Amino acid sequence: MHELSIAQSLIESVRAEAAAHRGARVTRIGIRVGDLSGVQADALQFSFDVIVRGTDLERATLDIERVPLQQHCERCARDFAVIDYVLVCPDCGASTRTISGDELQMTYLELE
Amino acid sequence: MERVEVRQNVLKENDRIAAELRKDFERRGVLCLNIIASPGAGKTSLLEHTLQAFAGSRHKVAVLTGDIQTDRDAERLARFGFPARQITTGGTCHLDAAMVRRALADVSLDGADLLFIENVGNLVCPAAYDLGEAAKIVMLSVAEGDDKPLKYPSIFGRARLMLLHKVDLLPYTRFDLAAAKADARRVNPGIEIIETSCVGAPGLQAWLDWLERATGLKTGEWPPV
Repeated sequence: MHELSIAQSLIESVRAEAAAHRGARVTRIGIRVGDLSGVQADALQFSFDVIVRGTDLERATLDIERVPLQQHCERCARDFAVIDYVLVCPDCGASTRTISGDELQMTYLELE
Repeated sequence: MERVEVRQNVLKENDRIAAELRKDFERRGVLCLNIIASPGAGKTSLLEHTLQAFAGSRHKVAVLTGDIQTDRDAERLARFGFPARQITTGGTCHLDAAMVRRALADVSLDGADLLFIENVGNLVCPAAYDLGEAAKIVMLSVAEGDDKPLKYPSIFGRARLMLLHKVDLLPYTRFDLAAAKADARRVNPGIEIIETSCVGAPGLQAWLDWLERATGLKTGEWPPV
């Protein structure tokens, strides 16, 4: 249950960004959570709600975008969607590199 | 309403501190290894035997050990003449880079060539936090079940080395060694795998040899996972 620490870090980043915009009120926070990030979206939402309760962020919406795991095989020069975390190339069995799905990234803020 | 594109890692501050630690470890020539496993997998006893083997050798080792409560592990690990420092997280289920940096204020790395960080017993949360290590090592004991690599892909996918531990217990379990290895390679084709036991065969020689090789690598010779 490290989502509480993650939510805390997210909120610190949100506040720093809001302060850079002369303390505008944050209404929506976009975040990308990769399937391989080790972060569970429900637990993150729950932690976020607990932390912002009674603060100026209480009414901000957390927009969580789950990012499926995508790998690239150099040998076959193609991308593929990963099923059941099997990271070897389904065609040739070679090692592959992650293109997306391991991120834990704040993407946008809506301010007013 | 104004929309601002941000694009930053949520753990940006952790990653920044981890990058500083990594640079410092490289400058000092310290190989930092982040050991991750479930509670009871055998992390502390593996380190006890490792420190014992390295006592009086050319290696100078330091250890940080994380737990939610108690200093017991640091007490166990301090008996071998190397600096060992407990990090008590007080409820947090993982170590982060700031905790490591604080703990290192009390641990001398002068002359050290190896720093072990024993993470909090947990296969999930520690995977997300970079501690500045050269490599993550995941340990799986055969008492835990062979399905763990597919159940916890974020740690098995990020580890350079998997230690299959307590293999002396194999005759008493239904652990399928070949299946565990095959599954680990499905989530991480490049993972290295070593079988270990602190009690019976095959012992820890292959692990000690791996450490010997790893500490001999210069920065840049250590390929990315």
